[in-house]
Amino acid sequence: MKRNDALVISVGTRKGAFLLVADQARQKWRAEGPHFYGQIVNHIVLDPRDRKTMVAAARPGHLGPSVFRSTDFGATWQESKQPPAFPEAVGLSIGHVFWLTPGHASQPGAWYAGTSPQGLFVSRDAGDTWHSVDGFNLHPKRRDWCGDPTQDAPPDGATLHSINIDSRDPKHLIIGMSAGGVFESRDAGATWSPLNAGCAGDFLPDPNQEYGHDPHCVRMHREYSQVMYHQNHCGIYRLDDQAGARRWTRIGNNMPEAIGDIGFPMVLHPRDPKKLWVFPMDGGTVWPRVSIGGKPAVYGSADAGESWKRLDKGLPKVHGWFTVKRQAMCADDFDDVGLYFGTTSGEVWASFNEGRDWHCLMQHLPHIYSVEAGRL
Amino acid sequence: MTITVPVNLPTPLTLYTDGQRDVSATGTSLDALLTDLDRQFPGMRFRMIDEQGRGRAHMKFFINGQLHRDLDANIREGDRLMIVAAISGG
Repeated sequence: MKRNDALVISVGTRKGAFLLVADQARQKWRAEGPHFYGQIVNHIVLDPRDRKTMVAAARPGHLGPSVFRSTDFGATWQESKQPPAFPEAVGLSIGHVFWLTPGHASQPGAWYAGTSPQGLFVSRDAGDTWHSVDGFNLHPKRRDWCGDPTQDAPPDGATLHSINIDSRDPKHLIIGMSAGGVFESRDAGATWSPLNAGCAGDFLPDPNQEYGHDPHCVRMHREYSQVMYHQNHCGIYRLDDQAGARRWTRIGNNMPEAIGDIGFPMVLHPRDPKKLWVFPMDGGTVWPRVSIGGKPAVYGSADAGESWKRLDKGLPKVHGWFTVKRQAMCADDFDDVGLYFGTTSGEVWASFNEGRDWHCLMQHLPHIYSVEAGRL
Repeated sequence: MTITVPVNLPTPLTLYTDGQRDVSATGTSLDALLTDLDRQFPGMRFRMIDEQGRGRAHMKFFINGQLHRDLDANIREGDRLMIVAAISGG
């Protein structure tokens, strides 16, 4: 990194990872990489606590999954001495590490990892060794919650994702599972309960089922942790716990009818709990999962999802048939907030004014799985 | 009894050997050879054998040209182990 570097966008792709580095004005950008050339990088995240440690989930197509870390911005990477692995009693093996979340600010070195099939793991030494969160992985109802990984999984495998740690309580964890639903722990992962009331489950035999839903991306606000939003397979939802509500409200019903409320990512404003952004996709007929009508657009709300605004200035007007995956859209914490998304066709797009204008930062990358912003 | 045999690695595993494809390992079973490879090249075994002790989908083990799936397969003096990373998509 250089002295004037202020921001890094970490991009995980099907063939390696790339770092897009910007100055304080977010005007000068340079690309570094590929790191893990040729390997599948599901997630690569800079630790916001020390602004130095990067942790990446990577695997070549042939080999088992592992986790790597770097404290020199990717000049060198060390493999975890003990990567995430299921306890023998679970009887499953991890196909890939899918999601990485730095732990609470009061717990330096703590990280969480979500895997496919659905598993939850914790590291207390900045990713060097990983341990099973047995309260989840060995929970007697885990199999019911998660389904059969050979029968009930999406094409890229069933995943545990969206690991959220309450900024006001390090023991309060929220996770999402595709499939399985949203689950909550109040005791650092020792016990868990489903948190899906109010969510549609159009594919479930019982629409009021307690679990079995398919949240695509769940975000807890980092300052106002009583506020959560999530993009589900069946709609966009808000849960505001201020009044003790433990039920999701479908705010996607306020989206234009022609667009609907299906998508993968969910992005929150870092300070204003009423501002959020989504990237709608076509969830009709055979679920094409691409930009609706080939006209990609971000939709933003400034009133907690009561109303939505189309934000597509600068994006392709026709033939933009890409998908933005659940980890592939994020926000920085500048003022104005910058938004970033990566596409399955290898483009990284950025807006430096909360979505009003979009610019293509990079193109011709491999299929993008994840995009994360980190302050340097 | 100590038996050391030559081991030929597929290119993905040379991430652990500084590019070397031909190494050697000591042991009287396939399992012991893989454990010895892990001692020499930490992390390598888990890339081939999962946490339930099963060989990963695309890793194949040939002893003297014969495919072996059983980690208890015996190793004798003069044997050769070839590890193959089978086709796994684009």
